[in-house]
Amino acid sequence: MGFLDTVLGRTKPVKADLDDLFALPSAALTLQAGLDFVPTGLGSVCFKAAEGAAFARTQTDVQQLLDSSSAGSAPDVELSKDSFGYTWLLVRHDAADVPGLVTDLHAVNSGLQDAGFGPQLLCSLISFAHADGRRLALVYLYKRGTFYPFAPLGTDQHRDNALEIQVQGTLVNDMKVEPELTRWFPVWGAPGL
Amino acid sequence: MARTRFAADRGLSARMVFVMFLLGLVYVVFVGVLIAIHLSPILIVVIAGGFFLFQFFGSDRIALYAMHGHIVTPEEAPELHAIIDRLCAMSNTPKPKVAIADSDVPNAFATGRSQKRAVVCATTGIMRRLDNEELEGVLAHEMSHVAHHDVVVMTIASFLGVLAGLITRFAFYATMFGGGNQRGRNNNQDSAALVELVVLLASAIVYAISFFLIRALSRYRELSADRSGALLTGRPSSLASALQKVTGAMGQIPTRDLRSAESFNAFFFTPALAPGFSLSSLFSTHPSLDKRLQQLAEISRELGQGR
Repeated sequence: MGFLDTVLGRTKPVKADLDDLFALPSAALTLQAGLDFVPTGLGSVCFKAAEGAAFARTQTDVQQLLDSSSAGSAPDVELSKDSFGYTWLLVRHDAADVPGLVTDLHAVNSGLQDAGFGPQLLCSLISFAHADGRRLALVYLYKRGTFYPFAPLGTDQHRDNALEIQVQGTLVNDMKVEPELTRWFPVWGAPGL
Repeated sequence: MARTRFAADRGLSARMVFVMFLLGLVYVVFVGVLIAIHLSPILIVVIAGGFFLFQFFGSDRIALYAMHGHIVTPEEAPELHAIIDRLCAMSNTPKPKVAIADSDVPNAFATGRSQKRAVVCATTGIMRRLDNEELEGVLAHEMSHVAHHDVVVMTIASFLGVLAGLITRFAFYATMFGGGNQRGRNNNQDSAALVELVVLLASAIVYAISFFLIRALSRYRELSADRSGALLTGRPSSLASALQKVTGAMGQIPTRDLRSAESFNAFFFTPALAPGFSLSSLFSTHPSLDKRLQQLAEISRELGQGR
C-alpha cells in the first residue's frame, strides 16, 4: 500500500490469484505416495456472497455452467451457507480424477472473477482421507496464492498440528505452502471435509 | 469489471486532502509566528514530542488499558477469531491481536501504529447485540482503520493540536509571571508583555482551528473505513443495520459508563455520547448516522447493479 493510499485512507480490494490452483494434482500424487492420503473427490470453493442482484445472477450462472459441463458423468454441485455468512460450493467428482475436480473449481473461480467478484473469494479446498480415518484438507488462499494443510481431529475443534507440519514438509516442492503459520486459519465444518 | 466497481470515492479523497492541507497550513503559519517573534520553542517541542512518542508507541496498550480490554486466544473466543481470520484472508492482511472488553456499551475499536501491532477489540455488549454478519461488518470497518494507518495519521494530526495547546499554556504562564526572559531586559517590559499576548492569542486560535480540522479529518476517515469495510464483506447493508442497532442501543445505556468512555471517542466505532447530549456536527469525531447510512445505501446500490 502506497503513501498516498495511507494519507487518503483507502484500500484496493485484493485480487484473487487463480492459476496456482493447478498445482493440486501433482501435490495429490505426492501426498498419496508420501503419506498414504488419498483424495476423496470432494472439493469446495468458499466465497462471501455480495448483496444485490448482480452477484446472485453470477452465482446462478456458475452453478448452471458446472451442472451442464458434468451432464454425462456423476459430479454434481451443492450449495450451502455457513454460520459466518460465507457460501460454499461443494463439487463432487470421481475420486481418481483430481485434475477434473480442479478444473471444476477453477470454473467457479473464473466465473466469479470475470464478473468482477474476484475479491469476494475466500478459499478453496480439496479433501483427502487416510485408511485409518484421519482427514486432511489442502486449503488454497486466493489472495496469497498459497496453500496450507488443515487436519481436524475429532469433532471438538482440535487440529492435528503434527500432521499439518508433516504435510507441509512433504509438499514443499510441489506447491507454494503458506510460510506464515498465523494464516493457517481453521475451517471447521467445511463442506467436503 | 472489478476496477470500476471498487473505484475510490474521489469526492471523499478530495475533501480529506483539503482538510489535511489546511491542517498543514495552520501548522506552518503557527511556526512562522513563532519564528517572527523569536521565541525559542525547544523545550515545548521536547515535551510535546515526548507526548507524541508516548501516544505513538503506546497507543495499543493505552487504549486497551483504558477500556479494560484483554487479549483473547482462539480457544477463548473462537467465533470472534474465526470472523477476523476470514476477513484477514479476504483482504490479505496480517492478523491483528484480538481483544474483548468487558463492558455493556456496544462498541468496537482498533488501535496500534502498524498492521503487525494492531489490536482489534470488541466489547461484550456489541457481541451480545449483533449477529455474526453485522459483527463482521463492524470488524471489517475496524480493520479498515488499521489498513489505512488511521492511528498514525490521527496521532500526527492531533500532535499539532497538542503542540499548539502546550504553547498556549506556556505563553499564558510566561505572561502571568512577568515574562522573565532575556529579551525583556533589552526591550522595555511593555513590548515583552505584548509579544507574549500575541503568542497567547496566536496559539489559542491555532488550537481552535486545528481542533475543528482534526475532527473533520476524523469524520472523513470514518466514512472511508465504512466504505472499505463494506466493500470487503460485500454487504453494506449488514454494516448499516449494525450501525442502527448500536446507535439505537446507545440511548438505553446508563450515562455513567458512557462518560468514563467519552475521551476515547476518536478510536470508536460509534461515539459514546450521553443521551440527550447533542453537539453540532462540527464538534463530532464521527459523521452523522444519516450520512453513514446514505453512503452504505449507495454502495449497496452499486453492488446490486453490478456495473
